[in-house]
Amino acid sequence: MHTFQTKNLNFLHCHSISFKINVTEILGLSGASGSGKSRLLRALADLDEHEGDVFLDEINQQRQPPHQWRKKVALLSAETHWWFDTLGAHFSQQDSPAFSNDLNALGFSKKCMQWRVARLSSGEKQRFGLLRLLQNKPQVLLLDEPTANLDENNSRLFEKFVIQYLFNNKACAVWVGHDVQQLKRICTQRYLLENGELKHVD
Amino acid sequence: MLITLDALDLSMAALLVLLLGGLSAYMKLGVSQQLYIAAARTTVQLLLIGLVLKTLFASTSIIFILFISFIMISVAGWEILSRQQRKLKGWWGFGVSTGSLFVSSFLITLLCLFAVVQADPWYSPQYAIPLLGMLLGNTMTGIALGIDRLIQNAWQQRPQIEQRLMLGQTASEAISGLRREAMRAGMIPIMNSMAAAGLVSLPGMMTGQILAGAAPVEAVKYQILIMFMISSGTGLGVISVLWFISKRLFDERERLCFKQLLKE
Repeated sequence: MHTFQTKNLNFLHCHSISFKINVTEILGLSGASGSGKSRLLRALADLDEHEGDVFLDEINQQRQPPHQWRKKVALLSAETHWWFDTLGAHFSQQDSPAFSNDLNALGFSKKCMQWRVARLSSGEKQRFGLLRLLQNKPQVLLLDEPTANLDENNSRLFEKFVIQYLFNNKACAVWVGHDVQQLKRICTQRYLLENGELKHVD
Repeated sequence: MLITLDALDLSMAALLVLLLGGLSAYMKLGVSQQLYIAAARTTVQLLLIGLVLKTLFASTSIIFILFISFIMISVAGWEILSRQQRKLKGWWGFGVSTGSLFVSSFLITLLCLFAVVQADPWYSPQYAIPLLGMLLGNTMTGIALGIDRLIQNAWQQRPQIEQRLMLGQTASEAISGLRREAMRAGMIPIMNSMAAAGLVSLPGMMTGQILAGAAPVEAVKYQILIMFMISSGTGLGVISVLWFISKRLFDERERLCFKQLLKE
């Protein structure tokens, strides 16, 4: 049974942030721009300074080497960055049938691996960014407005794909977004970050 | 017979420097003030050292020669810091730059004096001081370029480095590409000198020795010795300084963190 939880997390102006997510659950998080949503995800991935505890099962974040923690608790930022010329160079396990299936599930084919990174749209970058992140088989996904640049149809594909991943890998997720309908559809618990506090939404 | 330069000869060359400064000011390239300061410094510093060099070479006191070397290394370390576009934190920056010069220039000069030149006494100033000076002058350029390239790139490519961290890379993996580039930047000047020596440029020390009447083959041997010392010294110096700085670019939780490295 995997659980991901925080106890009294403090960073910037945000304080006493506590929540608990069970396996296959998605926690929905919304809030005004600048309320600290992205900073919360960065703190969970240990990319920013913060106080308080974060646990994956019994593992304390601060007791793990940071790079190993970030493989298990993986952050997909709103903007992804790429350094090789072609998309394929960023992926190490392209030949497995599972990888082809994942590509298809998000609306792509294996040919896409030859694309040049410079011509990717922001919606494509977000979807390939997720696939790149999943190569580490993370147990917690921290998704920062992952469907912000996708149309309705592709958003649905993305949601289905993430839910499938959580079930297959006994993982859970934090999903930051502004679309209330979407969050209601996929999340088991919803929160609002406002004035530095995390408020439960019924 | 040496042709002596009079004031008119020097002022013609100075006029060229003035013209360059004027052109740079006109094109808003922002180097004219630094250029004038550097030109004034080179004039004053060389005049002063020219006056005392005879006395210095006549000295036999090891304490005095070590003291002079210490001053040379400190000044070179200070110059490395002032060449940086983003200023390193005071004493730490000074410690790293002088420390790397100590490894790259002082220790290599010592090795060369003991094992190769074998003058009597080993610290004979007419060998020790010019050797150390040539090493410092060259390695200081390489180290300054290496630091500048690493920090500028890390600053500009911050999103990419953090993306690598998000993918579970260690701090060292996340910055390996930048380190390679900084190493290359630091080594370019001496690589150029070695590749061009004899074909494009005649190194100053060798030419001077030949003009002063030394056998060409002897002068060439000295020049090769110097080139090898400079390249290995520069390499060691850049490696050590890149190691220190890339450690300092990340905090203990492998987060990219400029505040412990740079001034506000």
